[in-house]
Amino acid sequence: MSGLNNQMRTIDLGLTDFSRAYAFQKDLAERVYRGEAENTVIMTEHRPVITIGRRGSGDNIFKSKEFLRSRGIDIFETDRGGDVTYHGPGQLVAYPVFKLESEARDIHGFLRFLEEVGGNFLARYGFTPRKIPGLRGVWFGGRKIGSIGIGVKKWVTRHGIALNVNVDLEPFSFIRPCGIEGIQVTSLKDILGLEVDMRDAKSKLELSFDEVSLLVEAGSKA
Amino acid sequence: MIEFRLPELTEGVNEAVVSFWHFKEGDSVQDGDELVEMATDKAAFNVPLKASGVLKEIRAKEGDTVKVGDILAIIE
Repeated sequence: MSGLNNQMRTIDLGLTDFSRAYAFQKDLAERVYRGEAENTVIMTEHRPVITIGRRGSGDNIFKSKEFLRSRGIDIFETDRGGDVTYHGPGQLVAYPVFKLESEARDIHGFLRFLEEVGGNFLARYGFTPRKIPGLRGVWFGGRKIGSIGIGVKKWVTRHGIALNVNVDLEPFSFIRPCGIEGIQVTSLKDILGLEVDMRDAKSKLELSFDEVSLLVEAGSKA
Repeated sequence: MIEFRLPELTEGVNEAVVSFWHFKEGDSVQDGDELVEMATDKAAFNVPLKASGVLKEIRAKEGDTVKVGDILAIIE
């Protein structure tokens, strides 16, 4: 995909409520659109929340609101593509707020870009991700380790990628992730058998964004 | 009269679902206005209009699946 500006910065919001990070993202997207801010990757971890995308349905949440509330889990409907997913502490979420400026403005090419970034990130821990034909996201050993979903307004991207680093996987059993039957999830912690340093994970993901952007840029000029 | 169609998306993505219209029939619409939000598997996106006029008729209703090149609305 061409037209990705290599000049990008990263902001780490730390642990956030989904709604707060969403408001921040929306505001930033408006500034990127007006040319007042450069392309930015927002990194955060969310307090426990289930979000429902545009293709989502409440049927894919198995537990009652009361039960979820008792476990400290919020529910949010949001304007990204995709179905139901879970976010919680220990999951590294990255929201690239990028202006798609090329002639083609390939929104789905941007999804592939995010998958590449996720794959590049896993490779930094020594793992080779495997694509599963027809299924989006980042997969390892037949299990999903990273989810993607974007929303594009005025050619500025919102939402992005969520990578399971140390996150507790139990809440994924309260939902049908992505609305697809039989999906199993995993995390880096599960694969490695040890807790991963989140600060290090964030720097690795930042490097992955940089590296894949450069590759994309080089590819589009070739 | 202008036929407002679903543009090419990307290789391998041939259809999208109408999430909602930002305008209603009878509204004046301008070049650059994002008329409708569409959703595919993992992306939600707006389709901008490259003309100005009045939104005469919405052909693709919310929830409809539309193929690339299909008419979404008629602009006059």
